[in-house]
Parts: sequence; structure tokens; C-alpha cells
Amino acid sequence: MTDHQSEIDSVTGRATTGHEWDSIKELNTPLPRWWVTCFYLTIVWAIAYWVVYPAWPLISSNTTGLFGYSSRADVAVELANLEKIRGDKMAALGTASLADIEKDPALLALARAKGKTVFGDNCAPCHGSGAAGAKGFPNLNDDDWLWGGTLDQIMQTIQFGARSGHVKTHEGQMLAFGKDGVLKPDEIVTVANYVRSLSGLPTRNGYDAAKGEKIFADNCVACHGDGGKGNQELGAPNLTDKIWLYGSDEAVLIETITNGRAGVMPAWEGRLDPATIKAMAVYVHSLGGGK
Amino acid sequence: MNKTVNPKDLTPVDDNGPLYAARKKVYPQSVSGTFRRIKWGLMVFCLGVYYFLPFVRWNRGLGAPSQAVLIDLPNSRFYFFFIELWPQEVYYFTGLLIVAAVALFLMNSVGGRIWCGYLCPQTVWTDLFYAVERFVEGDRRERMRKDKQAGSLTLKRVSEIAAKHTIWLMIAWWTGGAWVLYFSDAPTLVKDLLTFQAPMVAYIWIGILTATTYILAGYMREQVCTYMCPWPRIQAALTDEWALNVTYRYDRGEKRTSVKKAAELRALGEQVGDCVDCYQCVAVCPTGIDIRNGPQLECIQCGLCIDACDNVMTKIGRPKRLIGYDNDINIQRRQEGKAPIYRFVRARTVVYSAIIAAVGGIMIYTLATRSLLDVNVLHDRNPVAVKLSDGAIRNAYTVRLLNKSGYDRVIAIDVDGPANPTVHVIGVDSVTPDRPMIVIPRDSTSELRLLVTAPAENNPEKSIPVHFHVTDIGLGVVASTTDNFVEP
Repeated sequence: MTDHQSEIDSVTGRATTGHEWDSIKELNTPLPRWWVTCFYLTIVWAIAYWVVYPAWPLISSNTTGLFGYSSRADVAVELANLEKIRGDKMAALGTASLADIEKDPALLALARAKGKTVFGDNCAPCHGSGAAGAKGFPNLNDDDWLWGGTLDQIMQTIQFGARSGHVKTHEGQMLAFGKDGVLKPDEIVTVANYVRSLSGLPTRNGYDAAKGEKIFADNCVACHGDGGKGNQELGAPNLTDKIWLYGSDEAVLIETITNGRAGVMPAWEGRLDPATIKAMAVYVHSLGGGK
Repeated sequence: MNKTVNPKDLTPVDDNGPLYAARKKVYPQSVSGTFRRIKWGLMVFCLGVYYFLPFVRWNRGLGAPSQAVLIDLPNSRFYFFFIELWPQEVYYFTGLLIVAAVALFLMNSVGGRIWCGYLCPQTVWTDLFYAVERFVEGDRRERMRKDKQAGSLTLKRVSEIAAKHTIWLMIAWWTGGAWVLYFSDAPTLVKDLLTFQAPMVAYIWIGILTATTYILAGYMREQVCTYMCPWPRIQAALTDEWALNVTYRYDRGEKRTSVKKAAELRALGEQVGDCVDCYQCVAVCPTGIDIRNGPQLECIQCGLCIDACDNVMTKIGRPKRLIGYDNDINIQRRQEGKAPIYRFVRARTVVYSAIIAAVGGIMIYTLATRSLLDVNVLHDRNPVAVKLSDGAIRNAYTVRLLNKSGYDRVIAIDVDGPANPTVHVIGVDSVTPDRPMIVIPRDSTSELRLLVTAPAENNPEKSIPVHFHVTDIGLGVVASTTDNFVEP
């Protein structure tokens, strides 16, 4: 082996590696010294890194390094700085009344910016990123409100949710008149057509309006009120307007009356701080539908 | 017939030598004369403007900056006397740059490198640094002698060197100091700088510009023009045979000989040149070249060789301007015994002037007629439209109002487009419900959320153009913009 390595190529005058393939020998061209030096330095660097910074996973934790560096702690410091910068303005948001926030251009801009961000993080999965809603999830841009559209009412709904299980939450639900055997299928069809007639929608041929009105008066007015104008105390929607949470088709109405409805909105109190909830109430109110 | 060249007869290029030619230090001699006076005058003017302009005040009313020229980066405003520009009007600078470039071309086609020789900061500061050097160390010969005796450092020599660099650094520091004054209220910043209360960025910028001034004007000097600047190359491509350049008039200079010999030859009626080979033109040249070799890239055309030569010609009783602003056409015409002609109105000078006039005119026109009240509207994208409980359609817009004037405005917003629209601005309870009125503070923008609601049955189109008119109640100025009113 050793004599092979010291073999000198006659043409170039350089040493060969000693390996031979089909009588061809390769010139020995070692890596440049600077390259090798850098390579060893990176190894030294890596070892130093293991010692100084958190590196090795242990059974339940990890090595912390000499300085106890943590990127989480860095983030915490950055967040604390951010809070400090925003301190005064956010404090003003916390103390001002909802109506005053909307009157003050600077506070309104802050509340809307803050509200938009928080809405995107927390509310958009159900209500959509533009708050336009979906079937079963109300559109917050329009002027139709299940639980009331004033600033205070919106804030209350955000705080405690609807049917969320919170002690102060909005209660009341659409009963399953069909499933529970309160109404027979033909009665359900009749009252569904009556409900459609309330907002001027066409009704099925041969539908008995008087019977529909009777069924409605016996079963529905308790929540939806005389004439079906709804009741925001109970979250009972206004059945005479042009906005339908689940749809206005006869089939959808039959399904609603048969199985009932009870959409849930979670309570945000405790999850979001009061100033943030206020900002969000102002944001939702300022979308356009607020009363 | 071409002779066949044997490659072996050619002198081989010495390709073992370095590609870098070492700099030969230049020791320009002092000179007096017309062009030197023009250069002093322009130096005082240019540096005066640069150093003192930040201190010029301009009254813009209470609360607005009172500095005539100010680049207010934190508030993104540029102030220039009576003009105030917003970031979106930065295209005025584009126009200014076009005018500057074409003005450079025009200068070049009229009088060669006027910019390089008299106005370029590199020339002005280098000239100033040479003046300091001359003041402290003496003129050309003394400086050359002192540099040769660099080995023997006497106390006097050391103090000279120290004095020179101290003055240089002070000028350089002042240069950087003046620069930062354009970005903040000058008197306040000067006070803060002196009491070390100024922001770190001010000191950093002063440091950077002190270093560049000291290095560029103190050490690199003519090398900046010869090696770093693109303009000598560009101007060589832009010039023509009519452009006046600093020229050695070889028609009356050749052949060169001594004063005495020339007199003798003239007495014999022989042809002899005015140039007496005194090398004064070379001695005063700040780039260290010989103008008698013809136009060359290194020549910045500062005109100092004209002064030097004129002084010599006066002394030996020959006509002045053996070196002067001239061109080859006229030299040839004189050689043929014809009168010189100067043609300043040429296709290129006319075109350059026309471009300057056109761009300048457009800029002045747009600046004079620009609106100080503006409105931009952005339609909500999600949702595009909202159906209300009574079936009406509502579209929401983000309206941005710009008040560029120095006073608060009360404006009213009118909307027309869809039939029977109602308009509401979030947070604004206006006394005129369908015509919201808003105050826009001076020199600021206001962003509003505006809702337009219209009954669906009156608006059969899927999308209707909607116009927003913003009227200044006091002055009657109107700004308008258009967007669309969309059905869901």
C-alpha cells in the first residue's frame, strides 16, 4: 500500500492515489488545506454550540446550555415590549365606553384594526373572514340580529356566546316539533308554508292558510311572537324578513321544524381579554349592520 | 500593399507585469486668472448653498416645520420652500432627474465638461482640499520636496501634516454634519449634536460622510474621475465636433521652442509656434495631464491650464488663449486661413433644450394644478355586497381622504350612482344624514368606513358605477372618484 501511495506519475510528476482501474491511476489531489481547516473548525464550532446553547434532548427535557438561552423567552420579551408600546392606546380602549370608541376616529381605527385581526384568528372559521357567514352561521354585515345588534348586545354575545354552557349565555332553541311528536308531518308542511307566506314567499298549491295560522299560533308565537316578528331575548329569528339563517326553501323549513335548531357560539370571556372583546364588538358593529 | 509581418518581429507584450498602474501623485500648482476666479466663485456658491441651506427658514404656520428645505422621513414629507410633497408624488423627482440628466447633455454639447470642471462635488471638495494643502504645506515645488524628504520628520513637518489633516477632517465633518441637517430641524439638531443628545443615526451618517469626504477629496481625488465615474465615458460618446472643449490650439502652438529661439526664427521669417514648452499647463493641472496631447478622458476641463498659459503668453508678449475653449473644426479652419465659426444652435442642443422645456413644463404645470384635496375609495372585497332584512343592498367602502393643505377642512361626501342611495359613515352622526360631513385635519389623511345602501328593486343592474364627490364646504373645492355598486 505505502509504496503505491508514493508512486509518482511520470507525465505530471505528481503522486498518485495508488488505486488502479484498468491500468489507469488517479492523481492524488487532496482537499485544500484551508478547506480541511474550515471543516475541523465547524466541528469545533458545533461542540461549542452544544455546550453554550440548548442542544441535546433528554428523557423529559433537554440540555439548557451555559447561558440558559430560550427562543420562547425571546418571544416573551418581544411580546412584553409590544404591550409596552401599545400600552396607552390599549388602556384607552379598555376604559372608554363602546359608544365613545366609535365616536373617536383614532380609537375606532385601533379597535377596527385589533378587532379585524382577532376576528380572523377566532371567528373566521365559522363566520368567514369577511364575516359574511354561511348556512347556520349568521352574516354579521347585515342588519338582522338573532340576539340584538347594539354595541352592548354584540359585546354580550361575544362574551358569553349562545348556548355555550356559560352561566350567562344566551339560551333558547328551536324545538324539534316533528321528532318530538308535537306536530304531524302534514301539519309541519302546512306551517312551513305559512311561515313562507309571512315574508311574501310563494306557497304550495292547496295549502290551507287558516290551518297554518292556527298551528303557528298554537306552537310558534311563544318564541317567534305574534306575526312571527321574532324575539331577540330568546334568539328567535324574525320570520317576516328577507334573511334566512338556514334557508327559506320549504324542504329546509320542514327540516328545521322537524328536527329543531340550536346553533352554538362559544363564550369568549376568559379566552380573550376585555379590551380585545370590546375591540371586536366595535369591529363587528362597524361592519355595517350594527344598530 | 501590406507587408507580411513575421510574428517573431513583433515586440511581445510583457504579460508578466502587473495590470495595475501605480498612481502618480499630482501636485497642482496655484494659479490665478479668469477661470480660477470663476472656480472660486462657484465653490463659494455651491458650498454656501450646501452648508447653509438647512438654516434657511420658511413660515408654514404653526405646527408645521419652519425649515425651507427638509426631508421629513418620519412623517414622510418633503418640504422645499412653498412646495410640500407627499410620498405618492415622488414622481416629481423622476422629472427632476430627467431634467438634470438632459441639462448635463446640453452643457456637454455647448461647453464640454462644465459639470466636471466647475460644479461636481468631487471637483469642488478636491479643489477645497488642495487649497488647504497649499495653505499649510506650500505650493507645488515645496510639497514635492517635502514628500521626497518623507524620511526626515522634523517637528515643523509633523505639525504641518497634523494641521492639514485636522483641517481636512473638520471640513469633512462639517460636510457630513450639513447632510444630516436636511433631515431634521437644523438649529435643534445642531444644538443636540453639540450636547451629544442627537440620535445615534445622525452621528453614524456624519461619520460615514466624514469618511467619504476625507477619502475621496483628500486621497482619491482625480482617480475618482478617471476610474470610478461613468460620465467621462458617456460624455465622450455624446460629444460632437462643434462642442467647445478646453483645447490646445496646435495651429498656433507648434512647433514648440524657447522664447529666444522663437524670436530669432521669427526674425528670419520662419514659421514657429507660440508654445515655449514651459509646462505651466501641466504643473497646474489637478489631474496631472498634458492638455497639449489633445482631448483625453482624464481631463475634467477645469480651465486652470488656460489661466496658466495666458499668464505665460502675457509675459512673453504673445496673444492669450493658446489654450482655450475651442474645437477641432475651428483649428482646422484657422490653419486654412478661414475665420472661426461657432455654432451653438445645432440639432442636439435644440433637442436637449426642447426636452428640458417639455419635462420642466409638464412638472411645473402638474405641480401648479395638483389638487390639495384628494379621495381614494376601496370597495369591500369580502363580502362584496350585503342583503339587508328588507331586501335592500348595501355595499361598504373604505374611503381615504387626503388633505394636503396647511389648514383643517370640513368636507361633505355626496354619492351618486344607484337609485335612492342612503349613505352612512361609521362613527359619524352628521346633521345632514345623507350627506355626511367630516373634518380632515390639515396635512393628513383620514380613513373612513362608508356604507351605501340602495333598494334592490330600483337597481336592476348587477353592477352600477358609483361616484364619490368630496366637497370642501368652505372653499368649494371638489375631489371625485368612481367605484362600483354591486348586487350580491
